[in-house]
Amino acid sequence: MGKEMEVGCARPTGGPVGEKVEPEPAQQTLIPKEVSQMIRVGKKAPDFAAPAYHKGKFVSVKLSEYLGKWVLLCFYPGDFTFV
Amino acid sequence: MSIDSVFVHKMWNDNELSKMVKGGVPFPMLSDAGGRVGKVFGVYDEDAGVETRGRFIIDPDGVVQGYEVLTPPVGRNVMESFRQVQAFQLVRKSKGKEATPSGWRPGKMTLKPGPDLVGKVWEVWKTDMAFD
Repeated sequence: MGKEMEVGCARPTGGPVGEKVEPEPAQQTLIPKEVSQMIRVGKKAPDFAAPAYHKGKFVSVKLSEYLGKWVLLCFYPGDFTFV
Repeated sequence: MSIDSVFVHKMWNDNELSKMVKGGVPFPMLSDAGGRVGKVFGVYDEDAGVETRGRFIIDPDGVVQGYEVLTPPVGRNVMESFRQVQAFQLVRKSKGKEATPSGWRPGKMTLKPGPDLVGKVWEVWKTDMAFD
């Protein structure tokens, strides 16, 4: 029997179980690690395309299609959560 | 945008959100499987596998003017987001000639930055204006 989970604001997720697999030691290298792209105010937002549900239809939305308009882009932890 | 599929978005909108908002959600509900977009925007929580409460204001040129990121348990202030958009719109319309000081709301006074204003802000802007 599965144990009942306490559901908070984030969607419950699974993951690998059992013995922890140690990652292989990284090879010594002089190449600097790729720095992940940071969002900066005053700089362009990275463009993206994503599937979306909009007024009864499944559509594809691309950020650059909204050039000329103001965009409020909101991320949230999951559907059916509170707040 | 969340990591949920568009099918889950549809169920949430049709079965719950449409009961809170007449006609349902008026804007697109975006799906970001694997948090690929969230990672680029710095809001994907690798440990939980979900996206945090990130909110980005992007102007008509595609430039990020402001953002805010909260951990999941605390909700956003929607009116504050609107206020910020209105402030950025005013600044853009004035081509940078006007600025909105702390506590600004639509209709309240703006500042005209320039040599004449240096050292004189205290004459036109009072601290209680930040709190009303």
